Amino acid sequence: MAEAAYIFLENVVFSRSGRRVFDGLSLQIPRGKITAIMGPSGTGKTTLLRLIGGQLKPESGSVLVDGHDIPKLRRGALFQLRKKMGMLFQSGALFTDVSVYENVAFPLRVHTKLPEDMIRDIVLMKLEAVGLRGARDLMPAELSGGMTRRVALARSIVLDPELIMYDEPFAGQDPIAMGVVVKLIRQLNIAMGLTSVLVSHDVPESLNICHYACILSDGKVIGAGTPEQLREHSSDKVQQFLQGKPDGPVPFHYPAPERAVDFGLGAKQ
Amino acid sequence: MAQRTTEIIVGLFVLAGMGAMMFLALQVSGLSLAAAGSTYTVYADFTDTGGLGPRGRVSMAGVQVGSIESIELDRDTFKARVTLSIDSDVNNIPADSAAMIRTSGLLGEQYIDISIGGDLESLQPGDNFYTTQSAMNIERLISNFASGR
Amino acid sequence: MMDAIARLGKNTLDFLASFGRASQFLLGVLVGVPKPSVGLPLLLKQIYSVGVLSLVIVVVSGLFIGMVLGLQGYTILSDFGSESAIGQMIALTLVRELGPVVTALLFAGRAGSALTAEIGLMKATEQLSSMEMMGVDPLRRVIAPRLWAGFLSMPILAVVFSMVGILGGMLVGVEWLGVFEGSFWGNMQASVDFRDDVLNGVIKSVVFGFVCAWIAVYQGYDCVPTSAGISSATTKTVVYSSLAVLGLDFILTAVMFGNF
Repeated sequence: MAEAAYIFLENVVFSRSGRRVFDGLSLQIPRGKITAIMGPSGTGKTTLLRLIGGQLKPESGSVLVDGHDIPKLRRGALFQLRKKMGMLFQSGALFTDVSVYENVAFPLRVHTKLPEDMIRDIVLMKLEAVGLRGARDLMPAELSGGMTRRVALARSIVLDPELIMYDEPFAGQDPIAMGVVVKLIRQLNIAMGLTSVLVSHDVPESLNICHYACILSDGKVIGAGTPEQLREHSSDKVQQFLQGKPDGPVPFHYPAPERAVDFGLGAKQ
Repeated sequence: MAQRTTEIIVGLFVLAGMGAMMFLALQVSGLSLAAAGSTYTVYADFTDTGGLGPRGRVSMAGVQVGSIESIELDRDTFKARVTLSIDSDVNNIPADSAAMIRTSGLLGEQYIDISIGGDLESLQPGDNFYTTQSAMNIERLISNFASGR
Repeated sequence: MMDAIARLGKNTLDFLASFGRASQFLLGVLVGVPKPSVGLPLLLKQIYSVGVLSLVIVVVSGLFIGMVLGLQGYTILSDFGSESAIGQMIALTLVRELGPVVTALLFAGRAGSALTAEIGLMKATEQLSSMEMMGVDPLRRVIAPRLWAGFLSMPILAVVFSMVGILGGMLVGVEWLGVFEGSFWGNMQASVDFRDDVLNGVIKSVVFGFVCAWIAVYQGYDCVPTSAGISSATTKTVVYSSLAVLGLDFILTAVMFGNF
């Protein structure tokens, strides 16, 4: 697995507003496979994607993508490398002032000098792939949540990237839309050989489509491997997360003073 | 199509700005396009310039013919030396004309009026006015009148 | 006591830090000038939404302010029997002061707040972030055209404001109150100097345009990407722009028209 890895994270330390988000995180993401990164809310899964994309810089440790050391790259080289990355944001992040067609055409217009009819063909092909060729003239405000995400997906693959990152692709989707997204992620991986990184806290869907998964908690990887390996994992924390138990190593109660003190029971005696 | 409309509207917007600028230049500040550059300089010495200031009006028979460049104190004579720039079309001011400081209205601004002499020769660039009349100082006038001198 | 001093120190440091960030941000925006073929359409679109759409409020306000100046000036000046100086009074106040300042205040309220809200919303909906991930610098693509549009639109709006105001003053003074039209314009032309008054007024509006647009785009870009954050950034834009305009106006007036 090591020689095929596309992304290496080594001992990454990162804090935001005084809170340590990652504390010596090490992680490998294999090339051409779907890797799911799971963990409870607030463990910095989205932050991880931003570190890979170079939008944030770690305090220490290294982030290697396809052999490039992201934090040390110059701005120009980083922007060049990002052409090979696609990212699907949680909200879709479509440009609200232009149509679906223009949204998908945007990366082509900025990064290539293709003639207009060629851009048109590519855009329609990508829209066809997500099943929204007919929606090209709609404005983003006219789309449903699921459609927004599909358009955003079409936009992030329009430059034929090597890596695509999905930020919570299943969050807030109805079952049909979720099924569509699952199907698209799998198809794209097979058809284009994309390295896919999937950040989610929806355990069944993620384990269903990923080849590898790793579970983050408290700034560290607590479990990694294939879905089967994870299901057999010995750690209590992993089992609690996978099975969604309300109480366990991750406590149900936020740290609080003793009940007796808070409810004033101690004083009565 | 939308791009073209935007271009046209923005073009009109810029034109409106240029039009307003022209209005401010020509109608409001009275800048005339021809006058630029074609002036010549003459000097006048006054014992008292009163409230005269740079950019003030220089006129003949009530018509503006130039403006005041600068006012300085001559350290030898202790008079005020006023530099006037006169439009070059008015190049036939008789050499013995007098420059006098006058006030437009009772409280208006002060300006220089050139009262015409009878000499056949005219003032040349760099010449001095032979006779000048300083600003009328109302306060001094009244005190003179009151003390009966 | 020590707490108060510490708070003062902290506030000063915070202010300096945010000013430093804003300057760095400005540098980032100005350094990357996009190619004309890409940048020009973006700039035109922004001049349209920042400048052209502010034209109506500027024209209407200019008209009314000019008319009020005409009325007030007439009542005061007619006490001295010099109501013919009304043209000069209106023109000088508008061209030197009210034109640039009121336009800048209107601009901050109309266009500045809209810019902040728009950019803030683009940040909150991750549009800026996704642009960055597509290898496009949002500073150049989104911020720079807006900054330049504000910078270029303000002087145009200010001269239009002054012109409309003077015409409004003439409407009241000449058409309604019966000041002789010849002396209205004549007095005005005798006392307004193109370079000292008109051009200095334009320079003021250029400075204001720059400051207002800078504050607006920076507040949008730097805002906390939540609804509360955007609304507070919008408020900050209007408050900071107004204060900056009035403060700078004093300094500029002292430099331009003061006799030191």
